[in-house]
Amino acid sequence: MADLSPLARLFEAALFASASPVLPDALAALDPEASDADRLAALAEVRAAYDDGHAIELVDVAGGWQLLTRFEYTQAIERAQLAARPHRLSAAALETLALIAYRQPVTRADIEDIRGVSVGSILKTLLERGLIDVVGRAEGLGRPLLYGTTPAFLEHFALRHLGELPRSDELAIALRPVTVAAP
Amino acid sequence: MAEPQTFVVELAQFSGPLDLLLTLLRDEQIDISDIPVARVAEQFVARIHTLGLDEAADFLEMAARLLRIKAQMLLPRRDGDENWEDPRAELVRRLLEYQQMREVVDVLERLGEARRNRLARPPDAGRATAAGLPATPPGPLAVSWIDLLGAVDRLLRAGRRPAFHAIVARALDVPGALAILRATLVERARVRWDDLVPAEAEPWQVLSVLFAVLELARLAECAIEQGAPFAPVEILRGRVPPRSALVADSEVALGDSTAHPEHFSGEPADGRFEPIGATV
Repeated sequence: MADLSPLARLFEAALFASASPVLPDALAALDPEASDADRLAALAEVRAAYDDGHAIELVDVAGGWQLLTRFEYTQAIERAQLAARPHRLSAAALETLALIAYRQPVTRADIEDIRGVSVGSILKTLLERGLIDVVGRAEGLGRPLLYGTTPAFLEHFALRHLGELPRSDELAIALRPVTVAAP
Repeated sequence: MAEPQTFVVELAQFSGPLDLLLTLLRDEQIDISDIPVARVAEQFVARIHTLGLDEAADFLEMAARLLRIKAQMLLPRRDGDENWEDPRAELVRRLLEYQQMREVVDVLERLGEARRNRLARPPDAGRATAAGLPATPPGPLAVSWIDLLGAVDRLLRAGRRPAFHAIVARALDVPGALAILRATLVERARVRWDDLVPAEAEPWQVLSVLFAVLELARLAECAIEQGAPFAPVEILRGRVPPRSALVADSEVALGDSTAHPEHFSGEPADGRFEPIGATV
């Protein structure tokens, strides 16, 4: 394997040291002299280096880049108690997150209308985990809080951006005007 | 009616009444756009009974809704009434909306599981996320060894509990300290405070030396210097040559104040030894 260029090495070090995805701004701050094209080329170098027989890979996530282990090693690492996987979200939490992701900004009442159950405690948990945040207040009675997803949400699902979620017309059941047959 | 007794479903399996309703429709292979409300309502109620009533409020509300729709369907209406709206339309809309959301949940579940199985650098993969908290990397500790020891020293001093004890009046031996100090300054031009006061000195000894130093400074027989804040205090031989080591008490207490030394501007002790020097 050929040696990495100095810029690629700098990026590799930064990616290793960072505990969260390294955003484009941070890459630019690492070497203000480099052009966008230089940076992309350096990232490609790092990616290629890790694609070449390594247990770690460079992943695009939440609008940035992050080094992640390949999945086949996770079990062994967890068994040796070196690191723990994050907790799995409950079905109710996932439903709430799905609604927020698609309909943001959205009020608690809107979510409850669709889910058919109250979501107060779930919203609190999601807020605490940083997956959603209050993004404003709706017009109207009581000016209810509006919720939206955060970069941590993208990180949790390894999404680059919200556009990577399937569009509603790509879902098997696209929301369409409902026509009900007369009985 | 299906046989609700043949299987028992854990309530936790259903995240809400719409979920249960959808499952019911799927199990019965019922077309969502043409729901036989009467049958479904009956089955729904039967299922909640089977499942227990832990989260009953939301489920009961749905049961009531189904019954109301059923009642509305039974109301007579004229043929060709264009204002008639199927009472099921609202329910169908909600079911479709819910079903769509379930699809998104499946996608998220798959993505989340894929991401969960790949580890990132701690604290993301470590304790923070294991505790369900957002990752907040702690800053590195930046403190010099000296500062740290100094802080420990201050803590130990501050933490010392004041002890109750009987106070025994003890005369200060200023003349004795004066004699020693003068003798020392004859031999050495510069002497450190620490050398004058032994480490295990009693408070009366410390105070005696302190007043001796101040007295000699007043008489310009010595000068006091401190190189830096908190540095050791040094006593230097003064401009006036040391007098005889045999100095009377009265002379010490009432010495004339004409010869103020440059390095010391404080008023000398006037015979009543106030504990001003106790912190030295």
